[in-house]
Amino acid sequence: MIRLEKRPSPSRFWATATPILAVIATMIAGGIMFALLGKDPLEAIRTIFWDPLFHETFGPYSRPQLLVKAGPLILIAIGLSLGFRAGIWNIGAEGQYIVGAICGAGVGLAFYPTDSVLLFPAMVLAGALGGWAWAMIPGLLKVKFGTNEILVSLMLVYVAESMLASASQGLLRNPEGMGFPGSRNFKEFPAGHNAEIFTNSGMHWGVVAAFIAVIFAYILLTRHMLGFQVRLTGEAPRAAKFAGVKPARLILFSLGVSGALAGMAGMFEVTGPAGQVSIDFNSGYGFTAIIVAFLGRLNPIGILLAGLLMALTYIGGELAQLMLGLPGAAIQMFQGMLLFFLLAMDVLSNYRVRWLRKEVTS
Amino acid sequence: MADALLTLDGLRKAYPGVVANDDVSFTIKPGEVHALLGENGAGKSTLVKMIYGLVKPDQGAMVLNGVPFTPANPAAARAAGVAMVFQHFSLFDALNVAENIALGMDNPPHPRELSQRIRDVSNAYGLPLDPDRTVGDLSAGERQRVEIIRCLLQDPKLLIMDEPTSVLTPQEVEILFTTLRKLTAEGTAILYISHKLEEIRALCEHATILRLGQVVDTCDPREKSARELAEMMVGSTLHVPSRAEVAPGEVILSVDGLSLKSATEFGTNLHDIHLEVRAGEVLGIGGVAGNGQDELLGALSGEALAPGAITLKGEAIGHLGPNPRRSRGLLTAPEERLGHAAAPDMSLTENALLTGSVRKHLTEKGFLKWGAAEAFALRIIEAFDVRTPGPDNAARSLSGGNLQKFVIGREILQNPDVLAVNQPTWGVDASAAADIRQALLDLAHHGAAVIVISQDLDELMEVADRFTALNEGRLADPVPTRGLTVEDIGLMMGGISGDMTDDTAEGAA
Amino acid sequence: MNLDQINPILLIASLMVAATPILLAAIGETVVEKAGVLNLGVEGMMITGAVVGFAIGVNSGSPALGFVGAAIAGAALSMLFGVLVLYLLSNQVATGLGLTLFGLGLSALIGKPYEGMKVPTLAKWDIPLLSDIPVLGPILFQHDPMVYVSIGLIMAVWYVLKSTRAGLILRAVGENHDAAHALGYKVIRVRLMAIAFGGACAGLGGAYISLVRVPQWVEGMTAGAGWIALAIVVFASWRPWRVLLGAYLFGGITVLQLNLQAAGVPIPVEYLSMSPYVITILVLVLISTRGKHGAPGSLGRIFHASH
Repeated sequence: MIRLEKRPSPSRFWATATPILAVIATMIAGGIMFALLGKDPLEAIRTIFWDPLFHETFGPYSRPQLLVKAGPLILIAIGLSLGFRAGIWNIGAEGQYIVGAICGAGVGLAFYPTDSVLLFPAMVLAGALGGWAWAMIPGLLKVKFGTNEILVSLMLVYVAESMLASASQGLLRNPEGMGFPGSRNFKEFPAGHNAEIFTNSGMHWGVVAAFIAVIFAYILLTRHMLGFQVRLTGEAPRAAKFAGVKPARLILFSLGVSGALAGMAGMFEVTGPAGQVSIDFNSGYGFTAIIVAFLGRLNPIGILLAGLLMALTYIGGELAQLMLGLPGAAIQMFQGMLLFFLLAMDVLSNYRVRWLRKEVTS
Repeated sequence: MADALLTLDGLRKAYPGVVANDDVSFTIKPGEVHALLGENGAGKSTLVKMIYGLVKPDQGAMVLNGVPFTPANPAAARAAGVAMVFQHFSLFDALNVAENIALGMDNPPHPRELSQRIRDVSNAYGLPLDPDRTVGDLSAGERQRVEIIRCLLQDPKLLIMDEPTSVLTPQEVEILFTTLRKLTAEGTAILYISHKLEEIRALCEHATILRLGQVVDTCDPREKSARELAEMMVGSTLHVPSRAEVAPGEVILSVDGLSLKSATEFGTNLHDIHLEVRAGEVLGIGGVAGNGQDELLGALSGEALAPGAITLKGEAIGHLGPNPRRSRGLLTAPEERLGHAAAPDMSLTENALLTGSVRKHLTEKGFLKWGAAEAFALRIIEAFDVRTPGPDNAARSLSGGNLQKFVIGREILQNPDVLAVNQPTWGVDASAAADIRQALLDLAHHGAAVIVISQDLDELMEVADRFTALNEGRLADPVPTRGLTVEDIGLMMGGISGDMTDDTAEGAA
Repeated sequence: MNLDQINPILLIASLMVAATPILLAAIGETVVEKAGVLNLGVEGMMITGAVVGFAIGVNSGSPALGFVGAAIAGAALSMLFGVLVLYLLSNQVATGLGLTLFGLGLSALIGKPYEGMKVPTLAKWDIPLLSDIPVLGPILFQHDPMVYVSIGLIMAVWYVLKSTRAGLILRAVGENHDAAHALGYKVIRVRLMAIAFGGACAGLGGAYISLVRVPQWVEGMTAGAGWIALAIVVFASWRPWRVLLGAYLFGGITVLQLNLQAAGVPIPVEYLSMSPYVITILVLVLISTRGKHGAPGSLGRIFHASH
């Protein structure tokens, strides 16, 4: 018989080891899944995890993609992790990402065809503000009326998707696009283009923002009172109130930050890798970032690594689709499995597993 | 032994790191009230859990009515005629009385019939109870009645009562004792667990004393003095706090007309509370659990705001939150250690930071000074003899007594002008309790005003200069402790609390 | 624009059809939450039910078998959640989210070969005599059997929760799991069964979308229905008959906005199609101003018996 016994203190060793174990377990389970789909499991795993980085032909193309994909995931996940730590569940980052993209691109397109250097910063600001405002809706409703933020933020994703459809076919449509939906392409609008900083590195301003966010979040959580209050609220809400934390302020802060970061991520994406506002430019980063946040154990450094890993599965997944004909959805499932294994193994950091035998004599 | 109802023989139960019971043997006869006496942590709870089928003994045997008794679960124990009233009521707030009772029975009758039987039994034993009321709205005394009636409906042969009087007023205790005597006259045996010595002397014919999981003595408590029983229980002489006579100084904290709606659904509202505390004095606030203690402490700590109702050293502070109050010298320690006074999974250093950041200057421009915080945690650990490997350990790894010493020490070492504590020694072993009480007295001696909210009347008699009590969210006028009788105290605590008539008055207020 | 096209009788009848998937998922989730568990994976279980029901329906030619398969698939997926939160003590919010993401991936994978296929759908019952009643007949008595099954489930859940011992135990477990454990009730077993029931109901709800409402398989076709079901449980204050009311209200809004779109009202399509979600938010706000009455006491809390 197996019993779980609560540890007196959470285990640091297992807190670090569980994500690694979860990745290994996912590879094994994923391998079985690929085998069931009639693919060679070892080859599939190699195509997903190894080839994007080290393959002679694909490597040079894939490596920059790693940063392109990881940037928005990390930026969004960092924001989400602050709220998750405090027990505030913003799961509508996808919506904030879309609204940020619409606002950021909207400001840029409004000044077309300027060449002012101030335009891009203004667009970043507009993107952040758009995401922030979108996240403030569940935030204010929760603070004022106690409305469940999970449901509201999620509902707002669908609203944002409708707005995106409307914007790409109406307000922001390219006037020279011959009636096709979609905005002007930012690649042909240098002042508003989120271009690569070094050619072929994948490094654009969104990636830079993601790295800065990691550093700021790290300092906030380990060195600053506000970060301490975030952690305290998540661990013991009554103790946080006793310590003088104002729950309403914390809710608005964490939702606001996660919304602003998601909005910025959307703006960087739409003016860079995506290039234009179109009805389906968003590719679910807002949801995948939830997995990234948990996989990184809500820790900034962990999120950095988890974001890179998750980006690898995206690129590797595309490669596997191309090379082995592996369905794209298999990768989505693979990512879901990763989260499950992590949650399942999390038990080890707070509990000790004991095998009990029937008779215990001394 | 033909006349034994239940015989325990060599019971042992060990948990990792601790032997809860070792070689426990004794016998309970039909119709007797058998006391199980011991300090917190002596192993009383584990023992009764074994009898009630919640825990399986590692070794040893039980015999009930001449038949080996190995209950696999509580239902089996109940089927064999063993019933139990829990210390912390296992009740469901949102369900009504009849539903709660039905849940405790294995074959409950039809709801309508059950309601009638509840009325019959409750009247027969002098414990009136309305089966249709929601349990969350009942007073602590009434809630206990639900538990007792639940047991009585099963015609138990053995009734186990775990600390039944800790939530009752003296008058309610009398009613309970009358009911229990009626039961024993009908042949029911009662296993009565308590550490209240006078009660045991008044009620029980036989006592088994546990210390550190073992039976250390048995006696007839009616033939022993309370002091003799205490010495058997503790095994060493107690350190009684010494109180120096101090003439109280000026009023430091005053509360005027504090009324507050409880933040929780089944909480107690505070009504028009007035109190004053002077420098150098200890004000004791008694009362049965659930009469507004948490709410009063929350209003003092600043977790609940009460604009205009609280004055500290001449300054209105009712509108301020916890940290501004701390910086002005008003500190508090709530009852619940884990999750309220301390964050269970955080280290002691982080917990020191939890309330100490303002007065101990543990932050600079919002940035944390970890070194200073750790030094503060170390000072608490040292000054209050907190047993722990170090300040990096999580709060939940400490025993109740050690964590309580840490929590109280954390506030005292910040040199408060006023310290308000709720249940400072609840669930704490005797020696730690004595240390904590002494520390509170020392604090008052050095000129601070101290408010002690407690359900332990002995404790309040020991530390308080003046005494008052909370009843249904109202506070009686404080009186000097010296010369108070149990009857006086009972009256202040509201006599028989929770009578139906009181609730209508509540609604009107 | 031509509002005369909108036939009120057809509108109400189709409202019941539109509401049925949400109704099924919401009544299942009500039972799960009454047992003290918050499963945010409803969307994932629904979409899995949708694809499994559709696949079985296509392969067997029997929509009834499709529904059975969908219920089993939903329950199986919910057991994954159950084991994680009940035995491995994982956070219910995170695990529920994980289940939704996992279900979306799984369904897309299973559904690939079925895209664009046709499926035999449930025949409508024409209940003799009753269906001939003017106005009421077409509204109430000309539906497919699942509409009646869903109403029957509401009735059954209401009766079981209110008047049976099993229902009492389930409520007790959700209200205070420690006390229920102390009384000797199997908290984990009760919750596991509740979660399985919730999963089966979500699966049925999903299959209703792919087998009756659309009927086709499209990736991500539940489009937030699972989340709406969760919102309706809150709206209903965890009471079965109010779940029915909430689901039909929501169904009404969905059908109405579709009708308005068809009638060519001069409101942009995007605003009409976002309206159900906006109205759900507004209703949630209205409900939350009343406070938290009715939420089970142990909802979302981790249960770990220490002894």
